[in-house]
Amino acid sequence: MRKTILPGFGLSMGYTVVYLSAVVLIPLATLLIQPLNLGWDRFLKEVTSPRAVASYEVSLGTALAAAGVNAVLGLIASWVLVRYPFPGRKIFDALVDFPFALPTAVAGVCFATLYSPVGWLGKPLTDAGITVVNTTTGITIALIFVGFPFVVRTMQPILVDLEKELEEAAQSLGANRWQTFQKVIFPAVLPSLLTGFTLAFSRGLGEYGSVIFIAGNLPFKTEIAPLTIMAKLDQFNYAGAAAVALTLLIFSFLMLLVLNLLQTWAQRDSR
Amino acid sequence: MTRGTRDPVWVRITLITVTVVFFLSFLVLPLVLVFAEALAKGFDVFLAAWADPGALSAVGLTLLTAAIVVPLNAAFGIAAAWAITKFAFRGKSFLISLLDLPFAVSPVIAGLVFVLLVGSRTPFGEWLGTFGIKIVFSTPGIILATLFVTFPFVARELIPLMQAQGREEEEAALTLGARGWQLFWRVTLPNIKWGLLYGMVLCNARAIGEFGAVSVVSGHIRGKTNTIPLHIEILYSSYEITASFAVATILVFLALVTIVLKAWLETRFDRQEQGGGHEH
Repeated sequence: MRKTILPGFGLSMGYTVVYLSAVVLIPLATLLIQPLNLGWDRFLKEVTSPRAVASYEVSLGTALAAAGVNAVLGLIASWVLVRYPFPGRKIFDALVDFPFALPTAVAGVCFATLYSPVGWLGKPLTDAGITVVNTTTGITIALIFVGFPFVVRTMQPILVDLEKELEEAAQSLGANRWQTFQKVIFPAVLPSLLTGFTLAFSRGLGEYGSVIFIAGNLPFKTEIAPLTIMAKLDQFNYAGAAAVALTLLIFSFLMLLVLNLLQTWAQRDSR
Repeated sequence: MTRGTRDPVWVRITLITVTVVFFLSFLVLPLVLVFAEALAKGFDVFLAAWADPGALSAVGLTLLTAAIVVPLNAAFGIAAAWAITKFAFRGKSFLISLLDLPFAVSPVIAGLVFVLLVGSRTPFGEWLGTFGIKIVFSTPGIILATLFVTFPFVARELIPLMQAQGREEEEAALTLGARGWQLFWRVTLPNIKWGLLYGMVLCNARAIGEFGAVSVVSGHIRGKTNTIPLHIEILYSSYEITASFAVATILVFLALVTIVLKAWLETRFDRQEQGGGHEH
């Protein structure tokens, strides 16, 4: 970038750095220095306590399952929304953002009520012998809801830009529709599909509001990591809360790293 | 659409059916449920939930929070986008990734960091307490936690937009004699207004609906430090299901307004062309 004559660098940059530090960096740093405050032994003991470890497993397992379901459903839904003209498509397209816009607590009470043993969906499921509330299935359902828009909104622009000429070429070379999908379409959309998957997964890891109502929050069974933090805070065990939080934060930062690698991959592919 | 890019009819029907069934069961059904449950015991009970002083004070606190948080994060978004898109400096991409940090952090952690920083049991919190200042379990804590979780919304919309617009217009205006803030009000702001509004709409939706972060710092003092989502939780946990859904209708209504506004604003400026980021 060449030098510019525009004014305001000092002011805008100074304000950015001060505000960023005050609102985000300094608060996050207090969490990062907790191990020093507590001492390593105490910290590690909190991080690896059986209840904490069980909660990481619940969080990782349900977030992974929900992101997997969302990858499949998101690919199908974005394909339908981009390629098939059908009545009401615009409304469906706008509805994709509903989970972004709906407060998580409202989603939480809705799903808990829908799937309760007397609920609209819970009653038929209970009759069929399937329990959703107070199980990891319930948590996964809530996470599918909050993660869905990430996959669709990542896939849609890629599918719009996908050149139909490539598909036509594959077809004229004798590929059937399934082969064209496997060999041409799928490889082209894979980086963004994985990006959407990772975004949904990382959102699911930290999600709280939509989950706690349906989860039942039984320690060792259906207690997600954010709830373990909350439970420790309620007992004024700040050290324990910070230890679990830091572990969860490390998972989230790993996801950020994966996202950056995926972005590099997608950009290299599109050149 | 030519034959080569067309899916067989049975594939189309299957995929459309899967999509429609998913949308109906996951997106439409909860929407219908909220209104059905809210009105289950009649209109009088619905209105009574709203006449409750706890509900009214929750609405007041939520509005106050949004009214403080949205302008602050919008001002920050403009400043950050101006610095990042109009000037060259080292560490720019690092700064951009720092701006997105709050989206990677669990809302519960977003609340926890403020308890650890300024809670009444920390040295800094104790020191503030000697002046009678209370942040955590009080309104300032709710505002701080909400500032944190909604921090990136405006900046991440404006950065790609202003990047794509370049700086020729501002430089031309400068050579024509525009000075300082004139440049901003007359040239930059009109260019970015739709993107700015878009970011503010998303920021506002999250500020109103935030639950996890606010739940940690609020202390759940009924009639004092409850926002609308927290009030819904309290009603639900105390088995006042109808009242809980009655209060939830306002948030569902606001969510619908948000997605309509969002879809409309997307027709005002081509967001995808500008490479806008992923939403959260």
